[in-house]
Amino acid sequence: MSPSPLLELENLRVSFPTPKGRIEVVKGLSFTLGRERLGIVGESGSGKSMTGRALLRLVRTPGAQVADRMVFDGIDLQRLSERKMRELRGARISMIMQDPKFSLNPVMTIGAQIAEALKTHEKLARRDIRARVLEMLEAVRINDPERVMELYPHEVSGGMGQRVMIAMMLIPRPDLLIADEPTSALDVSVQAQVLDLIDELVRDKGMGLILISHDLNLVARYCDRILVMHAGEVVESCAAADLQNATHPYTRGLLAAVPRMEETRAELPTLDRSAWSGT
Amino acid sequence: MATQPATKGTALRLALLSPAALRPSLGALAGFVIVTLLTFVGLMAITFFIGRVIPIDPVLAVVGDRATQEQYDAARVAMGLDRPLLVQFLAYVGDVFQGDLGHSVSTNRPVAEDLARVFPATLEMATLGIVIGVGLGVPLGVWAAAKQGTWVDQVIRVFALLGYSVPAFWLGLVGLVVFYAGLGWVAGPGRVDIFYEGLVEPTTGLMMIDAALVGDWEVFWNALDHLILPAAILGFFSLAYIARMTRSFMLDQLGQEYITTARVKGVSEWRVIWAHGFRPIRVPLITVIGLSYAALLEGSVMIETVFSWPGIGNYLTVALLNADMNAVLGATLVIGSVFILINKLSDVLYRILDPRSR
Repeated sequence: MSPSPLLELENLRVSFPTPKGRIEVVKGLSFTLGRERLGIVGESGSGKSMTGRALLRLVRTPGAQVADRMVFDGIDLQRLSERKMRELRGARISMIMQDPKFSLNPVMTIGAQIAEALKTHEKLARRDIRARVLEMLEAVRINDPERVMELYPHEVSGGMGQRVMIAMMLIPRPDLLIADEPTSALDVSVQAQVLDLIDELVRDKGMGLILISHDLNLVARYCDRILVMHAGEVVESCAAADLQNATHPYTRGLLAAVPRMEETRAELPTLDRSAWSGT
Repeated sequence: MATQPATKGTALRLALLSPAALRPSLGALAGFVIVTLLTFVGLMAITFFIGRVIPIDPVLAVVGDRATQEQYDAARVAMGLDRPLLVQFLAYVGDVFQGDLGHSVSTNRPVAEDLARVFPATLEMATLGIVIGVGLGVPLGVWAAAKQGTWVDQVIRVFALLGYSVPAFWLGLVGLVVFYAGLGWVAGPGRVDIFYEGLVEPTTGLMMIDAALVGDWEVFWNALDHLILPAAILGFFSLAYIARMTRSFMLDQLGQEYITTARVKGVSEWRVIWAHGFRPIRVPLITVIGLSYAALLEGSVMIETVFSWPGIGNYLTVALLNADMNAVLGATLVIGSVFILINKLSDVLYRILDPRSR
């Protein structure tokens, strides 16, 4: 691993105004990331998705984000101008969005959307762009990429849409990929295919990966390290292999609630929130 | 090898946009014709029967209130009003399909001829009006949405609200006082200055196009000079509606996930707004613009009166006041046809712009 990490994050806070004052949805998150695969797990509203958006400085107003330190590959992300930040988005840090049904533009062809991601960052001849798009579509295992290029998002399945999304986000060859619940909108049978694909591409290109999910097992399978978030804070940080030895009661509660194949329990335990939140 | 698929792809896209792909099948075309005819006949029926039950006597309007009973009866028979209502209606429908809209009592000319004169005047004004309304309203709406909550948004919203609330006749009069009487920037009421009147033979009835066709640019500029103020005022009213609708459509789009996707890709804000946010709202906007245009084509009585504009709004009002039912019916049919036509045009545009509807 290189001596300086790919991403250093210290004390990230994201807040939104409410009638009762600002509410923090991410409360002081810190981690460093090399060219490795980090999983962020948590329940709905735990702030994991906002963390992903904050890394790209895409928390929408009136939301606000601050951090003591947010450095990507030696670049202080907080001090970049909006223009410089735009040049970095997609090209160096990219994000796979959750549901291809909503995250692909309905009135642009798939080819045009993928090409746009490339054209935004590289000056290439039209023919070269086309060749790169075709090559990328093949890399995400789309048969007959020439036909698919001309299709609109509503004409492809969810799994295919998500592979298009992956192609679009990887085509400018970023160094860090954030995958925000990349499979939660997909059928179980397609989930593994899509994740295997992300995993393979990330390994091949030596990228860093942040996989955001609510699925503990999934994250444990595809990541090296895991952060468990709850109510905007990290409650557990461990290597994926050590997940079963987690110490925090929230993590233990989550693990206990996972059903197993050779199940003999009559009833799955529910989370007893009083154990850690003190309420 | 690399160029061959490229041409294939382009050809496919061209095929999707060519008229051949959009041309409805024979069955769909037949359906459209039948629906249009039914709509048309329905429109005729409603207007016709309303016209016959209102307590205004068209015979009295012709013979005057000093006529004897014999004169009155003779006129009534001559006008065909003694026949049963249904027979009258069927006769009227038959005439309409032969292009005969009857005779106008108030102008003493065939209604079809009258309409051929007044409708182009309204068409000219409404068309320039909608061009102004769309040309300014759409960008203002998009701009307001992009700057939601800032002073830019507030200023545009107040401006659009004014278009909703200011009365047309007041704005027309103030416009004349300021730009015609005061500053002298534009010409006054009427379609052209009096000494240009009748210089250009009407072929289309649109003064500017007729002048351009024969190359008489002096008349062309004079006609534009007369047209610009009333058209701008009409444009302001449609701008108000179009800008508000554009703003709300845009706000809805800018909250969508794929807008975030575009930002994640590093796309410039200009492209995010126009290429990603604006493209999908073109379809609902067409409806809004089509309806605004149709509303302008009905003719604005207020504006036409203030600017002495011989348009269809004026014509219809005079006809109504004189119980000139043939003229009222004829004008209503023209306006109805305009609505049907604009609706059909919107449908075709939908199919070009929205890949999901193909």
